Order: sequence, then structure tokens, then C-alpha cells
Amino acid sequence: MEHPTLPVERTTRRRIAGFLLGGGLFASLASFVYPVLRYLIPPPVADLGGDAVVASKVSDLKPNSSKIFRFGTRPALLLMTAEGEYRAISAVCTHLSCTVQYRNDLHQIWCACHNGLYDLNGRNISGPPPRPLEVFQVHVQGDEIVVTRKREA
Amino acid sequence: MGSLTHLRDWLDERFHWADLLGPLKKKAVPIHNLSHWYFLGGITLFLFMIQVCTGILLLLYYRPGANEAFESVQYIMTRVQFGWLIRSIHSWAANLMILTAFAHMFSVIFLRAYRKPRELTWVSGMLLLFLAMGFGFSGYLLPWNTLAFFATKVGTEITGQVPLIGHGLMVFLRGGEDVTGATITRFFGFHVAVLPGLATLLILIHLALVQYFGMSVPSSVEERWKAAPKEAREMKFFPNFILRELMAWYIALAVLGALAAIRPWELGAKADPFAPAPAGIRPEWYFMFMFQTLKKIPAKVWFLDGEVIGILIFGLAGFVWLLLPFFDQASPGRGRRFVTGAGIFALGYMLAMTIYGYMAK
Repeated sequence: MEHPTLPVERTTRRRIAGFLLGGGLFASLASFVYPVLRYLIPPPVADLGGDAVVASKVSDLKPNSSKIFRFGTRPALLLMTAEGEYRAISAVCTHLSCTVQYRNDLHQIWCACHNGLYDLNGRNISGPPPRPLEVFQVHVQGDEIVVTRKREA
Repeated sequence: MGSLTHLRDWLDERFHWADLLGPLKKKAVPIHNLSHWYFLGGITLFLFMIQVCTGILLLLYYRPGANEAFESVQYIMTRVQFGWLIRSIHSWAANLMILTAFAHMFSVIFLRAYRKPRELTWVSGMLLLFLAMGFGFSGYLLPWNTLAFFATKVGTEITGQVPLIGHGLMVFLRGGEDVTGATITRFFGFHVAVLPGLATLLILIHLALVQYFGMSVPSSVEERWKAAPKEAREMKFFPNFILRELMAWYIALAVLGALAAIRPWELGAKADPFAPAPAGIRPEWYFMFMFQTLKKIPAKVWFLDGEVIGILIFGLAGFVWLLLPFFDQASPGRGRRFVTGAGIFALGYMLAMTIYGYMAK
């Protein structure tokens, strides 16, 4: 079989055809993959009422006790210290996001997952938690205890 | 390139790759004036693969249940990025798949590709078509909109008319006496687990049979080639036919994408089991010929209910249809005319009744 070398004109023509074919296939492939990748990303969940929440009634909480309430999409902890002071703190442990609880025997906040301890100002004092818990503001309005996110100054 | 050859050699040493691919390389596709009908089965397979992919994507957000199904589809259509596109492609590809499957079936009838030794290929293909219709029927309910609710109510009610086992079958399908959230759960299970499993198995059998027997040559072409063997032509399956098939798939994809983008599938209103059926309730188009027939049969024929007669006739016709290749062989000439006649009658009847169904108010 003889293989005559193609004239330059024919080889460039073939290269253009190859480029168009390859480019077209690549473009259509990209147009299939792009919508699928976007589809896989879940739409953001609306953060309903994340700024101010009625956490409890004044009558529901006794000194040295606590209550978990919903703050936006996450749980938060409302507690009354033995001295009768209100504290509202995020209940999501900064270690691996377990939900923490108030230990009225220790007067501290405890995470059961990995034995992390926080004081009543949310500071991590023992165990694996790397950062303090977020602290919220508490206002008493009539019979209701309202919790708000602290505004960044 | 070097590592690719290395990998191939590695695999070849262990699995004798060359032996496995041997039959594929030897396989040839006859070339004649009717060759383009060979593409339909492949296009149907391609659309099925699209269904598997888009179906898995829909599963990421869909939730079965009377209080969640409609809302989750609405969420897919309005909130999820490109969700409308994925759902539209799923719905359009489902309909196109039924269409190409029917076209494939009639081409096999009229080109007599079902004849000996390919009877079981036909039977496996027919079972796949029944499965495809089952996919359509079960998938139709999942968005839980008004049309779907009443179509399912009527469809399962018809099943309930089957003598002796009908009522039990209906309760089994509905998951109770009525179409409720329990029906969604069942249909969801059929649609995403039972039917895909069965269909995959049957497709593998169907393809294995097609590979085993090779492509059928239509009898008219076969006679011509027998008279003049020099005229017989064929092309290699790999890569010549495969590349042509891929082009056909690419065109199918373009049609599908255009339909889904230009005419996105509608969602309609949420089903309300206590609201009256709205006017214009009808099943999907591929059930229309049966639906219209059942509407036209008188309520009482002799001592039997009209529906029962309809179901018995369609059941019998479906059974005869499944065994059609065996009638062809029963007697030479007569059997062949019977099958072709049955094909023409069925096609004409289905077309006429479908058009009638859409024209009739």
C-alpha cells in the first residue's frame, strides 16, 4: 500500500475538521456536566427568624436549670444560673457539633460526646473543644425571654 | 500512551481481553436499504440510560408521601438549580423511550426480524415493553398532581375488574382500598427498585441474544442476496456501526434537550383526593388506545360488564402478541401473512383509537 503524503492544504483542512469535531464534543459534554454539577448543590435553607427568638416564658425557668430552644436552624441553650441570671449560649459544641447540655451539679456546660466542658460564659475550659461557644443577648420583655444575636460593633 | 498499553497488557494477561473482545470485532452489520431501522433499539437503550441517570438525580430531592411528594417536585422545579431541566428531561425521555420502543417493535414485525431463531429475543423485547409501560404508569403518580391521582385511580380501578384476582391485585397496587399516600410509597418502590432491577436483567438478556444471533436480515433482502450473493454487503460492528449509532444517540440527545428546554414538563395542581375529577382527565398517550376502547364498550354485553370484556380482550391480544413469532412458523405462508396482518391491524387500531381519544371531548 502506498501512502502518498498529503499536501499541506489537506492536512490543515483535516486539523480544522478535527478541531471542530473535538471542540463541539467538548462543548456539548460541558453543557451536560455543568447543569448536573449545579443541580447537585442543595439550595440554601432560609434562616427563619434567626435574629430574635422567644426562647421561653419567664415562669418556665427556675434557678440552676436550663432549656434547649431553636435559634434559627440550630439549637441553643437558655439557662438560669443559681444566682438567677439568664444566659443564652449556642448549644452546638465547637468540637464536632454535638448538642451540649447544662450540668446543674457542676454549674458548667458539658458536651456528652467527647467530654468537653465550658463555663457559663461559653468559654472552653476542659476537653477537646477548640473555641468558646457563641453567646447571645437575653432580654426579658414582660413574660417572655427574648434572645437576640449580638450585633458586631 | 505508554501506561495505557501497559494497563491493557496487564489486563490481557489476566483476563484474555483479546478473547473477550474477539466476537465484538468479528460481529458485522448487514448494509441494505432498510439498515437504518437497526438504530431504533440502540436509541431506546440510550434513552433508558438517560432515565437511570436523571432518575438518580431526582432521587436526591424527591420525597414519597402524600404530604411531601408534590412539594418536593415543586422544590426541584423552582428552587434546585437546573432542577426543572433534569425533571423535564426525565419526563420527555420517558415518553420518547416508549415511542422508540414501539417503533422498534413494529419495525421488527414488518421486517420479520422475529423469525427463527430469534423468537426469544422478541419475547424478551415484549416483556421489556411491558416493563416500560409499568415504569410510565408508576412514575406518572409520583408528582402527586391532580392528573396523576385520577389516572392512577382509573388505572388501578381497571385492574380491579380482572375476574377473580382483580380486587386483590388492586389492593396490592394501591396499598389499600383507595389511592392514598400508601400508593405513592408502593409505586415509588416499584419505580425505583423493582422495575429497574427487572429491566436491567432483561436488557442484558435481550442484548446477549442480539449479540448471539447477530443482526437479522429482512426477508426481502435475504431473498435478493440469495439470488445474487455478490450483492451482500456488511460493515464492521466495531467501530463502523458503533460510531453511526453514537451519532444517532447524539441526535436523540439534541432532540431531547431541545424538547426539555422549549417545553418544560408541567407540574399542575396538587392532588386533592376529595375534590371532583376535573374535565379532560386522560392517561398518558401510550395508554390512550386502551382507555378509549374501554370508554366505547357498552356497560353490559350479554351478562358481562363492559370493562371485563375489554380487559379480557386486551389481555388475550397481549398474550397472542407476545407469542407472535410462533404463529409465523405454524404454517409457511399463512403464518407469515397472519403476523404481518396482525401488525398492520394493531398499528392502525392504535393510531386510530389514539387520535379518536384526543379528538373526542
